[in-house]
Amino acid sequence: MTQRTLLRGGRLVDPASGHDGVADVLLDGGVVAEVGPGLEAAGAKRVDCGGLVVCPGFVDLHVHLREPGREDAETIETGSRAAALGGYTAVCPMPNTDPVADNAGVVEMVAARGREVGLVDVFPVGAVTLGQRGVELAELGAMARSAATVDCFSDDGNPIREARLLRLALEYARAFDAVVADHAEDASLTDGAQMHEGEVSAMLGLAGWPAAAEEMVVARDLLLAELTGGRLHLCHLSTANAVELVRAAKARGVRVTAEAAPHHFTLTDEVVRGYDPVFKVNPPLREKADVEAVRQGLADGTIDAIATDHAPHAREDKEVEWTAAPPGMLGLETALGLAVAELVAPGYLALPAAIERLTAGPARCRRLPGHGGPVTPGAPANLTVLDPAARWTVDRARLASRARNTPFHGRELTGRVVHTLLRGAFTVRDGKAQR
Amino acid sequence: MRAKHLLSAADLTAGEITRVLDTAAHLAKVTDRAIKKVPTLRGRTVCNLFFEDSTRTRISFELAAKRLSADVINFSAKGSSVSKGESLKDTAITLEAMGVDAIVIRHGASGAPWRLAEWVRAVVVNAGDGTHEHPTQALLDLYTMRQRFPSFEGLRVAIVGDVLHSRVARSNVLALTTMGAEVTLVAPPTLLPARVESWGVAVSYDLDAVLPKQDVVMMLRVQLERQRAGFFPSMREYARLYGLDARRLDAMADHAIVMHPGPMNRGVEIAADVADSLERSVIADQVANGISVRMALLYLLLGGPEVTA
Repeated sequence: MTQRTLLRGGRLVDPASGHDGVADVLLDGGVVAEVGPGLEAAGAKRVDCGGLVVCPGFVDLHVHLREPGREDAETIETGSRAAALGGYTAVCPMPNTDPVADNAGVVEMVAARGREVGLVDVFPVGAVTLGQRGVELAELGAMARSAATVDCFSDDGNPIREARLLRLALEYARAFDAVVADHAEDASLTDGAQMHEGEVSAMLGLAGWPAAAEEMVVARDLLLAELTGGRLHLCHLSTANAVELVRAAKARGVRVTAEAAPHHFTLTDEVVRGYDPVFKVNPPLREKADVEAVRQGLADGTIDAIATDHAPHAREDKEVEWTAAPPGMLGLETALGLAVAELVAPGYLALPAAIERLTAGPARCRRLPGHGGPVTPGAPANLTVLDPAARWTVDRARLASRARNTPFHGRELTGRVVHTLLRGAFTVRDGKAQR
Repeated sequence: MRAKHLLSAADLTAGEITRVLDTAAHLAKVTDRAIKKVPTLRGRTVCNLFFEDSTRTRISFELAAKRLSADVINFSAKGSSVSKGESLKDTAITLEAMGVDAIVIRHGASGAPWRLAEWVRAVVVNAGDGTHEHPTQALLDLYTMRQRFPSFEGLRVAIVGDVLHSRVARSNVLALTTMGAEVTLVAPPTLLPARVESWGVAVSYDLDAVLPKQDVVMMLRVQLERQRAGFFPSMREYARLYGLDARRLDAMADHAIVMHPGPMNRGVEIAADVADSLERSVIADQVANGISVRMALLYLLLGGPEVTA
């Protein structure tokens, strides 16, 4: 692309370089050409960003795009569009597709389809074990050396039960400097579980998912990371003790990164009372003290990244009895609005810190070249322009995702994506997807 | 009634519970007549939608509706969407299209009646949902208690057994605490829900310590599958620690009564001679009262101004 674009007069928030102040950003040929105040860029297309924030494109470490296998719920195309509208330029789809992304063929197909769609960069996560069955290691090397260059492996919702296997995975992945991402859940404590175990589950007569089932696996994983020196990433922390365990491990130098989902810093188990499965998710919505702890964890950097765990489900799969519904909720199009409304507005994080958890934070959890900043000359122009003060109301009918299972329908959010640019090209302009 | 449906015992105020019981007492007289029928709900249709077998509850609702002259259809849909049958939503749409006025639903999934109520205009009555609630059972239990005791205020009721999985226990706790009774839950700790203290009840693991102080002792059914799942070591030990036998019956106050929602496991949670005790057991009364109480509920939920309009 030869078109030059000048993003003029915006507040550039670039956590990777520490820059926070009004600056123009000149884009040329898909990369950042110049950054600074009052740039004169003759012939460049000018985009007025006065009153807006310019920052690196968002990075989502944890999404489900459902392709291949459940294209009725989401596709790489619809999910990419939802991501772009949410301000994302990079997403990492989990391997729980059909077939499972446990080999080079599937991860290459997902990455290639992502490139073909071209709305966000798609960095697939490979399965740790064959078929996510937790029995034998998948060919991590083949996926790492494939065209998809996978550097992050996870068995996603089928957490690795056997400590020995996780130990081996953490060790083996070191050969590729790859990360093992674990969904912390002790399955023997969550057999049949329907929601967080507490006062609400007791009243609702739904089998409980105790916080301890997450915390004991977080503790195990941290000890194994320490033992092996491997790189561990913990998915969607949801309990106060889990956050505390990670905080302590980081303090003693364990190589661990962690993410939290917007629903876990926004909603509590109280919303389950109406039995609407749109609120069913795994790990489940917890209690007020847990929500508070997740917010504190994001505030002090114990939690590196906001990751949505965007989990589209077909309407008929959610329009059933609570116990029959699959867990999961949409997240890509509401993450920024929730981060500003629930973290920035109440004072947990300043806006630049919240942006860090959406950009540089997740980008340092794995290798995502060109994403997360810094916004400096020569860097790929993967950028998001947002209006941090815009208030808007979530309408599930207007989401770009193929699915409709947002738990935030009707909720007023603060902060809206105005433009998203992938390598200098608008994927979203004035809030509209360009494709 | 404030609420359109009867989904939870918590939907009812003390005044509404009293109204249901008073109405049931009035309608019980119908049951004593040679022709056990009143025309109150003529032309209305009640559907018993049962996703779980429960012949007793279904027959009770069926008789209640028929004695009010309603048309009754029984829709037995064993195997919900969980087991690939027609989905609950499609069943709801079907019943809605057929123009039923009330749906009495029994379902193995906690909360299923809440979902149904979102999809239909008909009145929904919860006849037992999963391990959650069974509000009409609680109301018939309260009716049975009121036949023996003048007031619920300060009435001491022990509910004994598998509270964790019991819909009868949840609904009774809600209704009884609304009415001012003093409820004590007695069970092994493994069969008590998380943070049960928040329910506004007393909790004990020791049946013998609790029994002498109670006016009412309600035994819950314990299922073999709970033992298999490891909630307690053996049925024998359960019976020894939490079963109501003749010796424990003797430890109860002279005026105290024994209740059980049925079906009973004789020899496990309740000994046969306790269940059949003519002075103490009101278990047969509970069954009989079920019809009157369900008549009252259908009358109050479906009757009223709409019938005369």
